[in-house]
Amino acid sequence: MIPELANLALILALCLAVVQGTVPLVGAWLGAHQWMRLARPLVWGQSALVLFAFLCLAFAFLSDDFSVAYVAHNSNTALPWYYKFSAVWAAHEGSLLLWALTLSGWSVAVSLGSRQLPEEVLARVLAVMGLISVGFLLFLLHTSNPFERLLPYSPDNGRDLNPLLQDFGLIVHPPMLYMGYVGFSVAFAFAIAALLGGRLDAAWARWSRPWTLVAWCFLGVGIVLGSWWAYYELGWGGWWFWDPVENASLMPWLVGTALLHSLAVTEKRGVFKSWTVLLAVAAFSLSLLGTFLVRSGVLTSVHAFATDPERGTFILVFLLIVVGSSLALFAIRAPVVASQVRFGLWSRETLLLVNNLLLVVSTATILLGTLYPLLLDALTGAKLSVGPPYFNALFLPLMAVLLFSLTVGVLVRWKETPWPWLRQMLWPIGLGALVLGGGLELMRESFHWGSLLVYLLAAWVVLGVVRELLDKLRHTGFWGVFRLPLSYWGMHLSHLGLVVCALGIVLSSQESVERDLRMAPTEQVSLGGYRFVFEGTQSIQGPNYRSERATLSVLDDQGELITRLYPEKRLYLVQQMPMTEAGIDAGFTRDLYVALGEPLGDGAWAVRIHIKPFIRWIWLGGLIIALGGLLAALDARYRRVFKTPKLTASEPAPQGA
Amino acid sequence: MKRLVLLVPLVAFLLLTLFLYRGLFLKPEELPSALIGKPIPAFSLPAVEGQSLITDKDLLGRPALLNVWATWCVACRVEHPVLNRLAAQGVLIYGVNYKDDNAMARQWLADFLNPYRLNIQDAEGRLGFDLGVYGAPETFLLDKNGIIRHKFVGVITDQVWREQLAPLYQELQGE
Repeated sequence: MIPELANLALILALCLAVVQGTVPLVGAWLGAHQWMRLARPLVWGQSALVLFAFLCLAFAFLSDDFSVAYVAHNSNTALPWYYKFSAVWAAHEGSLLLWALTLSGWSVAVSLGSRQLPEEVLARVLAVMGLISVGFLLFLLHTSNPFERLLPYSPDNGRDLNPLLQDFGLIVHPPMLYMGYVGFSVAFAFAIAALLGGRLDAAWARWSRPWTLVAWCFLGVGIVLGSWWAYYELGWGGWWFWDPVENASLMPWLVGTALLHSLAVTEKRGVFKSWTVLLAVAAFSLSLLGTFLVRSGVLTSVHAFATDPERGTFILVFLLIVVGSSLALFAIRAPVVASQVRFGLWSRETLLLVNNLLLVVSTATILLGTLYPLLLDALTGAKLSVGPPYFNALFLPLMAVLLFSLTVGVLVRWKETPWPWLRQMLWPIGLGALVLGGGLELMRESFHWGSLLVYLLAAWVVLGVVRELLDKLRHTGFWGVFRLPLSYWGMHLSHLGLVVCALGIVLSSQESVERDLRMAPTEQVSLGGYRFVFEGTQSIQGPNYRSERATLSVLDDQGELITRLYPEKRLYLVQQMPMTEAGIDAGFTRDLYVALGEPLGDGAWAVRIHIKPFIRWIWLGGLIIALGGLLAALDARYRRVFKTPKLTASEPAPQGA
Repeated sequence: MKRLVLLVPLVAFLLLTLFLYRGLFLKPEELPSALIGKPIPAFSLPAVEGQSLITDKDLLGRPALLNVWATWCVACRVEHPVLNRLAAQGVLIYGVNYKDDNAMARQWLADFLNPYRLNIQDAEGRLGFDLGVYGAPETFLLDKNGIIRHKFVGVITDQVWREQLAPLYQELQGE
């Protein structure tokens, strides 16, 4: 009964979404207030229904209702309750439902948080989000219904959740990621509303900025969580694989980063309007493409596309409608008037343009590398991976140039910066970076071009930030620090986060040591100044798995015990799937990482030991970047109520201003 | 004129969709190789495991598969069990570990078994370049004189082996 109610709720939500996507839009066109005012209650109604459906699915999981096909495929009575709950979004149908729920959440947030918006802008924004919702609900109901029953022969027990996904990382990673993906729909809706209304101005950029920032933060945290999960769960010690799934999340983030910077220019100086709109459309289009490529299984097992042409066709048609129509609208409505605002070669406008170009080219590179195997497979039936060699060779140099231009971009002024002034700002930074970066490289035992370059760039950026801060405080004295706005601190924090991340990447890849060896009980091995003693293994019975758990004591030079590590080799019973759980001692300056291989007889095991210096910095940097974004989004000026001039003077002021 | 420039994103996107749509329904076909009928390029590279050097002369004598693989290649992981089965049936398989980290490659072979009689370590991708490798996995069919007779791009599945490669392999064995 409950799944049927949920199904009904989804159908009703679809009906409301159709009204939400049309009536306010027409109302905004005709200037009919009653019609526009419908948008907000419709959003609330639709969201309540989607939330109800989601809770029903969660209930079906928690109550082991295996007559629901989706539950039977992804759960089992032996599964702990929290994994039963997170299994809701573990496969295709459920994650689409989570997508729809997240979209509802964002719509509600916009409907509540944008009271200072002119009525017709809010109506258009909510209508566009309603139209996106229509697409997703249709997709859910038509091809991917999570509430389909297995009746009358429902199984006694389920096939269990994929063991890879039975993990804390999976509970939090997808919702974070979806908050980011779907959050870009707000920026997208604002862009479309601006195109429809023909008002692309600084106000539009100011409204979009906090929403874009928040979505971008969520996406960043989601990517960090995904990378962290891959690191400890896959047992290879790697943290980024240039896997299509990862690329699908990185691409919207990169374009979102470009969008943030471009929005800043549009808000402050009123230029790059068309470009900013295009980026907003692109960020969300890539989110859509990513969600579908990943969720439909097109890329990981390319046959899903072919075996279920209905789903594949729906995906393409939906993408075609959403992206195609918005790009067509862009071609018709985007402003072509040459901007009246002029800026010089050495200006923040130019540098932000450079930033945008670098980010967009990086995204295009990744998109090509991700889709190339798919295209080739579609054309020739051949399956291959382009792999890290391609991505590293193209992406890393672009990021190096980005870091280099960052410092210049932070220092230059809007409009025009006198070159002599800029030169006298830059040369001490350059000199300092040479000394600092070169010094750091000399302290290493072996020389490597890559690490030298990263040290130089890191010092270059950090010193640039410091110099900029000092320059800001030149007139105000030290106490001026407290009067700087939050968004200013957010900007610098994010840039420093990028440095932390880059340092983590280069240090962990250059300085890591690893050993594969056979270890019998009481045997020990020295590696990187640590001594690992293999104490032996014991069998453990988990809720839905059996496990061989090894104990390794880690001692320092003096023989003092630092920690004990417990790597496991698990066998998940329902799916008969072996899993490696690494034993990790996390630290600020290094991780000790031990994974079990195969048993070699007589209590001996193949053991793999890694020491990974500074690997935490990669994720720490990612979190700092997101924190910077959050600070910027919390800036006081977004909460101030702006008086927006009404274009149609004959109409009364909108409510709630 | 400027209006037309604004159409560029739309046109690019439509082309992409068209391509994807065609891709949905296109029949698979094979990628030709310019090397068919030519001997395998000369090389001298270290083995993945052990200290020995492998040269092109070591691949002569019997027809064999030359399989290009890497640990970063997700599809190779799908292909690997099939290769293990083939090796167990007595099919001679040589490996080219393409642009890979040697330690990870060894770990891979330890984790998933080793179907390769000889495994060439092509860390720089130079042999792969000479072979015209696009990515991994790719597999070349060599005759007993080391002449490349056939190239297959992508994952060898049981079906691919049965329908495409096994007949060719048996033909070469009869020569």
